[in-house]
Amino acid sequence: MDVMQEIGSSLRNGDAKKVAELVQQAIDDGVPAEEILNNGLMSGMKVVGVLFRDHEIFLPEVLLAARAMTAGVDLLKPLLAGGDVPTIGKVVIGTAKGDLHDIGKNLVGIMLKGAGFEVVDLGNDVTAERFVDAALDSGAKVIGISALLTTTMSSMKDVVDLVRERGLDGEIRTIVGGAPVSKDFADEIGADAYGYDAASAVEQVKALAGV
Amino acid sequence: MTDAVRFPRAEATPDHRTVLTAQGIPDGAEVPPRVASLVDEALKIYSTHVDAVGTSVEISIEEFGAIYPGDGRNAHRTPLEAIYPEARRLALFAITVGEPVCAEIRRLFDHGDAALGYTLDTIASTGAEGLADSMARNYELGFSGSGPDVSNVRVLPYSPGYCGWHVSGQAKLFEALRPEGIGITLNSSFLMQPLKSVSGVLVAADREAHDFDIDFAFCTDCADQNCRERIHSVLDDSGGGQ
Repeated sequence: MDVMQEIGSSLRNGDAKKVAELVQQAIDDGVPAEEILNNGLMSGMKVVGVLFRDHEIFLPEVLLAARAMTAGVDLLKPLLAGGDVPTIGKVVIGTAKGDLHDIGKNLVGIMLKGAGFEVVDLGNDVTAERFVDAALDSGAKVIGISALLTTTMSSMKDVVDLVRERGLDGEIRTIVGGAPVSKDFADEIGADAYGYDAASAVEQVKALAGV
Repeated sequence: MTDAVRFPRAEATPDHRTVLTAQGIPDGAEVPPRVASLVDEALKIYSTHVDAVGTSVEISIEEFGAIYPGDGRNAHRTPLEAIYPEARRLALFAITVGEPVCAEIRRLFDHGDAALGYTLDTIASTGAEGLADSMARNYELGFSGSGPDVSNVRVLPYSPGYCGWHVSGQAKLFEALRPEGIGITLNSSFLMQPLKSVSGVLVAADREAHDFDIDFAFCTDCADQNCRERIHSVLDDSGGGQ
C-alpha cells in the first residue's frame, strides 16, 4: 500500500495521529502538497462520504475522519499556494430565522468541507437578508438553510423568496434540510433542492454548484 | 405551589448504549473502538459540566385550558386537546441539563472538534429527554396512596413545538411556571435557553387516554413519529401503577 492509500485508510479509521504522521512522511519524501491533499486526504474523504451515504459507517465515524483530515490539512496549509486550501466552490449555510438548533447545520458544514467546498457558516437564527447578502459578498452560488422546528420552516421560504425578489434565481441556488423538512416542502416553497441528510445534502450541493 | 428539584448527576446522564443508539448505531452493530472511546470521553466531559435542575407546578384542567391555545397558532386539531380534559391531574414542568454543557458543546464546535461536540450534544439531548421522563415518573409515583382507582393512571410529558402544539405556547406556559427561577429563559422565537431544556405539561390520565391515531395533518411531516413508542410505553406497561 502506498502512502496515499495509507492516508486514505487511516482517514477512514479516524486515526488523526496516523494521518498526521503519514502526511508528514509524504511531505518529507517530497510529494507535492496538492498531490497529498487531492490523492490522499480528499480522495480518502470521498470514500468516507460514499460509505456513509451507503449506510456502511455511522456519523461519528465520519466526524472522526473529518477530524483526522483536519490534522493532515493543517500540515499542508503552509505549503499550499498562499496558504489556502483549494476549494471546488463556496456555500453559505445557517439555521433558519428563529431556530437555534445548529447541530444538523454544523454536520452538513463539516461534510461540505470534507468534499472540498469553502463554507461560509452564518451560525443560527439567520435572517433572509443575511443569507442573501452573505452569498453576494462571498460569491457563493449555493445557500443552505437548516431548521429543526416546524415553526421555523416558514423562514426558509423567506430566503427563497428574497433570492427571487432580488432577481438572483438561477445565479444563487437554495437547498433546505432538517428534521421536519421534506422534499414536498422544499418543492412547495420553491427551493432548488432538498437534503435528506448530511450525505445527500453534499450530493445535492455538488449538483447545484455544477461540480 | 412551584417545586424545584436538583437532579443527581447519575439521573441526568444517559448510559453508553443509549448514547450510541441516539447516534444512529443500533443495538448489536459493531461499534468501532474509536467511536466507543469518543462516547466515553464525551460522557466524562458531560459529567463535569452537567447541572440538572427542574421545576413543576400543579395546574387544573381549566387553568391549562387557558394556557394550551397560546396565541391561537396551534394546529386545527391536535391530540393533546383531546387528552388533557381526561386528565386526573396536570402539572407544568421544565428541566435543563444546564448552560455549562451547552457552552462546552459550542466551544468544541468552535474549536473544530465536531466529533466530540456532536457526541456531547447527543448526550445532552438524551439526558434532557431522560430528565423529562424522570419528572413524569416522579409525578406518577406521587399518586401512591391517593386512592384505590389510580392503578391505571400513567403520566406522559407533552411539549410545545410537537404534535400541533405551537411553540409560541411556551409564552403562556412560562408565565404560569416561571422557570426563570432555575435559569431557563425564553427568547423572542420562543426557544429556551439553555438550549438543552425541555418544558411542557405532565398529563396524568388513564393509560388509554394517551392513545391516538396518527391521522393529524402534521403527522405527514413528522420524521420520527416517536409518539408510537411513547404510547406503547404506557399501554404495554402492566407492571407499573400504584
